[in-house]
Amino acid sequence: MERLLDALAILSLALLVIVLRSLRREHIRVEHSVSWLAASVALLALSRSRALLERFSAWLGLHDASVALIAIILVVFLGVFYRYSRIVSGLKDMNITLTQRVAILEHKLQRQHEEAQDKP
Amino acid sequence: MITGRTLLIIPAYNEEGAIASVVREVRETLPDLPILVIDDCSTDSTIDQARMAGARILQVPFHLGLGGCVQAGYRLAHEFGYDQVVRIDGDGQHDPRDIPRLLDTLARTGCEMVIGVRSKESGGLQTHLIRRIGIHFFRLILRPILGRSPSDPTSGFVAVNRRALEVFGRSFPLEYPEIETLVVLQRRRFRFEEVPCRMRRRMAGRSTITALKSVYYVIHVLLGVFVNILRFDGRPRKGPA
Repeated sequence: MERLLDALAILSLALLVIVLRSLRREHIRVEHSVSWLAASVALLALSRSRALLERFSAWLGLHDASVALIAIILVVFLGVFYRYSRIVSGLKDMNITLTQRVAILEHKLQRQHEEAQDKP
Repeated sequence: MITGRTLLIIPAYNEEGAIASVVREVRETLPDLPILVIDDCSTDSTIDQARMAGARILQVPFHLGLGGCVQAGYRLAHEFGYDQVVRIDGDGQHDPRDIPRLLDTLARTGCEMVIGVRSKESGGLQTHLIRRIGIHFFRLILRPILGRSPSDPTSGFVAVNRRALEVFGRSFPLEYPEIETLVVLQRRRFRFEEVPCRMRRRMAGRSTITALKSVYYVIHVLLGVFVNILRFDGRPRKGPA
C-alpha cells in the first residue's frame, strides 16, 4: 500500500510539472489547465494522507484501501475527460458555424465581385 | 412548374466524374433553376467541373461532412431569401425531371419537407439487399416515433420550404442527416410527404458507406435518433430549437 501511495505521489507530481511546463510554453491555455492542476493536487494530497484514504474506503465499505484509491483515480480522470469532451464538442460546433459563415461570406463577396465586373 | 424563389443545392465531395453531367442535366431540364454546388473541400477537380458546367460554388474551407455541407446550403438559402430548396446528390442517382413533382407536392400539401423515394411503381434502379435491410430496420425504428413509416428514410432527394430552412439552419445533424432530419421535423410537429421517384445508378465513384462504415452508420444514426427523442420536451414546437 505504501509503495502504491508513493507511486501515486510521484505520478501526481509528474502531472503537475508537465502541466505547469506546458502552461509556461503556452502549449495549453490557463483555463484548460485548471482541471489537470486540480486533479494532480487532489491526488497528491490523497497520496500523502493515508488516514483520509482509509476513512474513505471504510465509508465505501471496502476492506482494501488500494481499491478505493484506484476508484478515486478513475473518477477524477473520468471527470476531467468528460469536461474536455464537453469543451471539444462546443469547439466543434463553433468551428462548423464559423466555417459555414466563412463559406457564405466568401460566396457573397464573389457574387458582388461578379456583379461589379458585369456593370458597364 | 416551379414557382417562388427556389434554389437547388448539390453537396459534393470528390465527385469530379459525375458533377458536370449532373449540373448540365439539371440546366437542360430546368434552365431557370439556380444551382449551388457545395464543395466539401474536395481534393479532385470537382469545383472546376461544376463551375464549368454552369453551377455556382459554395466552398467550405475544410471537410465538414454531408450534414455540415447541406446545412451551409440551407443557411445560405435562408439568408438569400429563397422560399424553397431542393437537394439532390452529386453522383447522378437522382433524376432532375422529378424535381417539379417534389416542389408541386411541397406547395400543394403545405408540408415542410418532401422526400423523393425510390419505389417499384415508378421504375428505375432498385437498391441492393443490405441497403434494403437497413431501410426496413430504420422504418421499424421510426414508425413509433413519427407515427408513420417512411418508405425510404435514407433518401437524399428532398425539397424543403422556408419554415424548414429556418429550423435546419439552426439544428441539423452533421453526419448521415437523412434519418435524423425526420425526427428533428417531428419534434416541431412539421410534416413530410413522399413522392415516388426513379433512382439511377451512380454515374461515377463509390459510395462512402463501406461495409465497416455501415455498422458505424447504424450506431450513429440510432444514437442520433435517441438523442433527438431525449431533447423532446413534449411540447409542440413551431419555431427554431
